[in-house]
Amino acid sequence: MDVFSRDVLVVGGGGAGLRAAIAVAEANPRLSLAVISKVYPMRSHTVSAEGGAAAVIKPEDSFDEHAYDTISGGDWLCDQDAVEAFVKEAPAEMLQLEHWGCPWSRQPDGRIAVRSFGGMKVERTWFAADKIGFHMLHTLFQTSLKYDALQRYDECFVTRLLVDDGRCRGVVAIEVATGRIFAIAAKTVILATGGCGRVFPFTTNGAIKTGDGMALAYRAGAPLKDMEFVQYHPTGLPFTGILITEAARSEGGWLLNKDGYRYLQDYGLGKPEPKPVLRSMELGPRDRLSQAFVKEQEKGRTFEGPYGHYVHLDIRHLGEELIDRKLPFVRELCRKYVNLDPVKEMIPIQPVVHYMMGGIHTDIHGATPLPGLYAAGEVACVSINGANRLGSNSLTECLVFGARAGRAAAGFAAEQKESNPAVFAQASDEQKRLEESLLRKTDGKERIASLREEMQKTMEACAGIYRTGAALQQAAQDLHQLQERFHDLRLEDHSYTFNTELTGALELSFMLDVGEAIVASALARRESRGSHQRTDHPQRDNEKFLAHSLAYRTPEGLPRIDYLPVTITRWPPGQRVYGK
Amino acid sequence: MGSREKLPPTVTLAVTRYRPEEESEPTLQTYEAPYRKDWVVLDALNYIKDKVDGSLSFRWSCRMGVCGSCGMMVNGEPKLTCAAFLSDYLPGPIRVEPLQFFPIVRDLVVDMTDFLHKLKKVKPWVVREEERPLSEGEYRQTPEQLDIYKQFSMCINCMLCYAACPIYGLEPGFVGPAAIALAQRYNLDSRDIGAQERLDILSGKDGIWECTFVGECTKVCPKNVDPAGAIQQYKLTGAAHWFKSVLLPWGRK
Amino acid sequence: MSAEAHYTRYHPQWYRRRVSVWWWLQSWRYTKFVLRELTSVFVAFFAVITLWQLRALVDGPQAYTQFVRGLKSSPLVAVHGVAFLFVLFHSISWFHLAPKAMVMRLRGKRVPDWVIVGLNYFAWLIASGTIAWLLLRG
Repeated sequence: MDVFSRDVLVVGGGGAGLRAAIAVAEANPRLSLAVISKVYPMRSHTVSAEGGAAAVIKPEDSFDEHAYDTISGGDWLCDQDAVEAFVKEAPAEMLQLEHWGCPWSRQPDGRIAVRSFGGMKVERTWFAADKIGFHMLHTLFQTSLKYDALQRYDECFVTRLLVDDGRCRGVVAIEVATGRIFAIAAKTVILATGGCGRVFPFTTNGAIKTGDGMALAYRAGAPLKDMEFVQYHPTGLPFTGILITEAARSEGGWLLNKDGYRYLQDYGLGKPEPKPVLRSMELGPRDRLSQAFVKEQEKGRTFEGPYGHYVHLDIRHLGEELIDRKLPFVRELCRKYVNLDPVKEMIPIQPVVHYMMGGIHTDIHGATPLPGLYAAGEVACVSINGANRLGSNSLTECLVFGARAGRAAAGFAAEQKESNPAVFAQASDEQKRLEESLLRKTDGKERIASLREEMQKTMEACAGIYRTGAALQQAAQDLHQLQERFHDLRLEDHSYTFNTELTGALELSFMLDVGEAIVASALARRESRGSHQRTDHPQRDNEKFLAHSLAYRTPEGLPRIDYLPVTITRWPPGQRVYGK
Repeated sequence: MGSREKLPPTVTLAVTRYRPEEESEPTLQTYEAPYRKDWVVLDALNYIKDKVDGSLSFRWSCRMGVCGSCGMMVNGEPKLTCAAFLSDYLPGPIRVEPLQFFPIVRDLVVDMTDFLHKLKKVKPWVVREEERPLSEGEYRQTPEQLDIYKQFSMCINCMLCYAACPIYGLEPGFVGPAAIALAQRYNLDSRDIGAQERLDILSGKDGIWECTFVGECTKVCPKNVDPAGAIQQYKLTGAAHWFKSVLLPWGRK
Repeated sequence: MSAEAHYTRYHPQWYRRRVSVWWWLQSWRYTKFVLRELTSVFVAFFAVITLWQLRALVDGPQAYTQFVRGLKSSPLVAVHGVAFLFVLFHSISWFHLAPKAMVMRLRGKRVPDWVIVGLNYFAWLIASGTIAWLLLRG
């Protein structure tokens, strides 16, 4: 087996991964550096983000306002020291991206233009029309090409982290195009593989978001933090789950039930005004808006379509000119994918799984409890997102904590001596596992797709917008059975060349692990907070649960839940007030 | 939702298979998939992969036309399969093949490392004599200045333009539509001064002069980038530069 | 199977398609493109004729009369007819290419393509009209 060696290895080539890699290259150009990703970097899911990225820029705004919006939006489960660092470093990171060529939208005088987003007191969302994730990713990717020290392993699928002597020492991966299995011994590994929206059936997330990094770290002994917090975005297109950006509402769009009524006024989100009001109505936080949809559905005031209940997002009153200038992608997506023109018609929307607040437990520098292993972006949980992420904080998080993890990992790598040869034995074990239990497996009767569908249904039924202890308990059992059935997988493709059935099987097994962690964490948290709403425990319980949950993988494979206190610096837990 | 029209219950797809371990050249395999009004070709392929034949290989991810993974030839035309509705190809059979002019790796998967080399060659990043410190804030850029290059910055690297370009098919060395459009994106950016550095590759042997304005690249582009326009614009720049260097050799930088 | 001899595990075995000789019949745009490539000789033909004409003019009235007489031969008239059609085809291509190559901006807004194409046709009309007037007035 080929074994390569790198000082720093970044797994994942999206916003956080590329930012981390560039940070490493700039912090210490002598380090050998590589980015390994299962897709070409520009395919990474950062590309789909639409609305914008938050950073304080206006004179009437302040770091404290941004921090408070973030903390109250997260229902006080955010670590406040992390949030403070985040809001302070955000503007410089956004400027850095501007210097690298990101085509941010501008004011007439040439300065950066900003817009408002849900749960925000002052406009601070930087944007590039409504394709900011796309521009951010391509700017980072194209800029990364200028660093010759940065080597890439494109379309290489990481299957395992190598751990020895309590330290992460590299990875084993498959080159998808050839089926070649190889190891990379690395002094530090940065995981930046994104979230796991695909454990749910209806999600804005691309096919590649299967929780790989979360499961890799979890299996290697690092805990997953706050996994019960799953963000439903209130405005997804039925069937495809294509996201209609929050910017559609921040520019003045309305949510209407089947009677044409702006129903959010019934859920403590303020009074309807013709113009958008910050932190009010349609600009409330995502968890509240998605929960209001379910209540509306229970009252029978939603439409029923072939793909479930839906309500309307109305942006017609904004006019064609504004829509084309600020929301061109919304119009393009509606025309191309649901064959309607939002200039003339209302957009059918329903809540859709969008983002994982939880992830690999890291400190403020992106370091996980496993020495040598770092994480940044959606795969990580620092935590600045708490129980509900504020719209437009995630792209900024990729930059701020990507850069932080890169710098920290570069520092750590520079102090390490050569890697430990003991990992090579582990690597060949992994090769044997992949070849015997998957590539050359000829028996079995379970189809990947059916197990995946069952898992997704289970997750939606128990870990959706509203949850109960009983349903979660049932789901834990069901997932365990699916884990058993996974061993009886039937694989039809035994080719070594671009075998996507093999990668599909590996992804499924990652998702099952992550799904178990989500369910166990949700079951243990007997309170309601942010996006985690337990109908059997409807109150927030600061006494017991003002704490991060940590899911550890036990030797039997099941999760064990532990808790870690939340860091509170200046904002004691209060009520989340919107619309006032 | 509307009246029930008579719709075919299934649709036939003729899909390229190429398994290099077993065969020396690609073949077409036909599959049946259910027909649904709101399904795209990619949905049908996923149905086949999930329910019929797990060994069919293709790339896809975002399903919203922005990641650029799922480009294929649909009935002979380069398309993003996530945006190619089955209803537009009735009654079928629908021919689904890998993007033409690229080497086939397996089934519907092509190799695009060539593009990544070319992309790096045109230096698609902001070149500056001196990087301004972050403390001095942003580079000012008016909406009009942004407008000049914005269109060329929309490229998602989906490779449809290469699959539409016969020049690329005949002369694989050609830098090609997307890479040239991206070079022009930076050339026209008010923050960049790298035009001179990009000149050699762009107006060199495999650069813009290879292009004789077929225009097909612009037609197939799902993001209205207009690479043909970028190339023609650059020809003017390149020609002006050449005249200058011939007529005023002393004025050459 | 013979193919197995070529494939080695862990190595790519790409299939490279050869571009068919008839690729240019695949779409009308491709055909137009090849037509343009091939017929550019007619544009050159006109250029050469004009140069010849100039030389005849320099050589004196007798040479010029001889040159003009030569042009009247029927095969050459036929060639001119064909060349004219193709040059017309090239001119139209150029007019439609103009807005792609030259982006004009008026008060920050891009001038729409059809305006530039229209201006080209307009200029063509004026030029043709002027020449016709010069030739036909006597």
